[in-house]
Amino acid sequence: MRHRSLLILTTAVTAGALTLSACGSRDDGGNEGGGDGKKKTTVVIGLSAPLTGDLSSLGQGIKNSADLAVKTANKTNEVEGVEFKLQALDDAGQAGTGQQNATKLVGAKDVYGVLGPLNSHVGEAMLKTLGSANLAQLSPANTAPQLTQGPNWSKGDKKRPFDTYFRTSTTDAVQGPFAAQYVYNELKYKKAFILDDKKTYGAGLAKTFKEEFVNLGGKVVQSDSVNPEDRDFSSIATKIKNSGADFVYFGGEHPAGAPLTDQITKSGAKIPLVGGDALFSDDYIDLSNKNSEGDIATSVGAPLETLDTAKKFMKDYEAQNYDDPFGPFGGYSYDGTWAIIQAVKAVVEGNDGKVPGDLKDARKKITEALQNVKFDGITGEVGFDEFGDTTNKQLSVYQVKKGKHVPVETGTFEEK
Amino acid sequence: MQDLPEQLANGLVLGAMYGLIAIGYTMVYGIVQLINFAHGEIFMIGGFGALTAWLILPDGTALMVALPVMILMAVACSVLVGVGAERFAYRPLRGGPRLAPLITAIGLSIALQQAIWAFYPDAKKDLTFPQFAGGPVEIGSLLLQRGEIFLLIAAPLCMIALALFVSKTRTGRAMQATSQDPDTAKLMGINTDRIIVTAFAIGAAFAAIAAVAHGLKFGQIGFRMGFIAGLKAFTAAVLGGIGNIYGAMIGGLVLGFAEALATAYIEFVPGMSQFGGGAWKDVWAFALLILVLLFRPQGLLGERVSDRA
Repeated sequence: MRHRSLLILTTAVTAGALTLSACGSRDDGGNEGGGDGKKKTTVVIGLSAPLTGDLSSLGQGIKNSADLAVKTANKTNEVEGVEFKLQALDDAGQAGTGQQNATKLVGAKDVYGVLGPLNSHVGEAMLKTLGSANLAQLSPANTAPQLTQGPNWSKGDKKRPFDTYFRTSTTDAVQGPFAAQYVYNELKYKKAFILDDKKTYGAGLAKTFKEEFVNLGGKVVQSDSVNPEDRDFSSIATKIKNSGADFVYFGGEHPAGAPLTDQITKSGAKIPLVGGDALFSDDYIDLSNKNSEGDIATSVGAPLETLDTAKKFMKDYEAQNYDDPFGPFGGYSYDGTWAIIQAVKAVVEGNDGKVPGDLKDARKKITEALQNVKFDGITGEVGFDEFGDTTNKQLSVYQVKKGKHVPVETGTFEEK
Repeated sequence: MQDLPEQLANGLVLGAMYGLIAIGYTMVYGIVQLINFAHGEIFMIGGFGALTAWLILPDGTALMVALPVMILMAVACSVLVGVGAERFAYRPLRGGPRLAPLITAIGLSIALQQAIWAFYPDAKKDLTFPQFAGGPVEIGSLLLQRGEIFLLIAAPLCMIALALFVSKTRTGRAMQATSQDPDTAKLMGINTDRIIVTAFAIGAAFAAIAAVAHGLKFGQIGFRMGFIAGLKAFTAAVLGGIGNIYGAMIGGLVLGFAEALATAYIEFVPGMSQFGGGAWKDVWAFALLILVLLFRPQGLLGERVSDRA
């Protein structure tokens, strides 16, 4: 445990060295043996996720799952004559870094699709750069609705900003209301204290939750915001304790959420914290010092453990001995990578078994093909609607019980 | 307003922590007129030192038993880094232009932060810090966490020790002399280099104790925690009058109270409802700083700043 970073470093260096040497030997083998006589074209799938920093456990899960998809495709020769490679870049959860990664991936000569990122605000920053280069982007985790439906989505004026953006995760337009219905109808909580962290994801999620909760007849006793970098929430906790709320809804991520629930409990308030998929992480429970019991997190999709289709994925993931678990977004990352691979396959098959020679042309064709991709993935059916949103709108509710997130309900929320 | 005592307690705890860190800024500034922006990172390294001690001790050691070892380790790490920084980063630049050590301090701050990020096992995300077992202590309607009680005991003890040291011991008086006039102090036979090192060491030790308190209170530490804590402590030092050790503590407390009260009550002021709450507390804290500096540029307790400018 304590030597993990050293281990990661060593693994990265070794893996890098092995990849390099493997490439070399494979080419040599092809030439000498004559085999199929055709050299494989390399198709790189770019990836941007927080590989370091507070959210690194989620980011590493995304990267490893994508890596597994790429390895599987190469092993089974999913696309004839194409060798897939993953180029993973770290965005540390920063919008600026994500934008730089996007520029870098657009500039690379062999990148045909991009997976990621984790954070909605990073996705927002990457959108235009990738969009103007016609490079397909598929996020396994972005939940902010405006990424696919434009800034005025809540007023019913839905307009897709870029045809290149897709996602396998459901949006907060669904997640917030889904949580509100569960809390109001199932748990019978009527009084909410709503908090957000002012980020694209957190503020958006808190807003959709609030609207639905009020619609249902719930009462918001107070709302407030916190700084995402803060770790001292003692004043807010005291306010929450004296507000008489039944629960706290937090639109934010676990680095702030964990100390928040810890300090709410320590202030003497015995009410749960409810939040979205960014709280659905083991780190949330670890960092809350055992004060997260009973807290609730909604997350996209059905729990992988309950899906037959995901059994093989989980077994394969285990066999790879990755350092981090696949986490809440691993399944979506695998399916997302697979969707890009399928898009490449469709394009190659429509082009006499070759990747189109012109990079711009190839990227455009792959983006178009991605729109029509449809297959049974490990998280269920994978496909995209006219906005690039997933057609699979399942969500689940998890509750912290005995130091673990336990699934309590899975359902589908119908968007109006 | 019925939660006023609780909010004041929140402010007191936070303020005591800011004050402890602010001592480091103010002592170093008082003697060499250097704003040691790497001080936040020295605080952070103290936290990691304490955690390392906890991890080295056999599993199952009671926190009460482990705490002295953790404090010693934290102080050792912080002092080592603080004194090392003085020796290798600041001393070679002494006598150079004022901006040079300032930029060095900022650079050093980034370097230290990244060093922990890169080399401390698993430190790329926040790490859990041991917690006292058992619930909070109730005083009337007040709930005080055990980690906070540590801080409320440690901070006044440290302050009393420092006050006695500065006013009663030879080294302490030499320190005062150096801060009043380094050249004359040198002529009187005071080894000013040693005094400067002592100032860095004391500041680092206080920061280390604050870091242990931070860990116990929040139950987690991270490589970035020095940045915000350092910024707030620097504000506290300026608020109280930089160069004045009592000012640092007062400044810390004022800042702590300001943050807690702004979070809790600004929204009840008529017409200000949208400016209250957690999102605006830093705005109010810094507005207070600006106000104090406008009407009392030397800070709340500062008295010797004007003759230095």
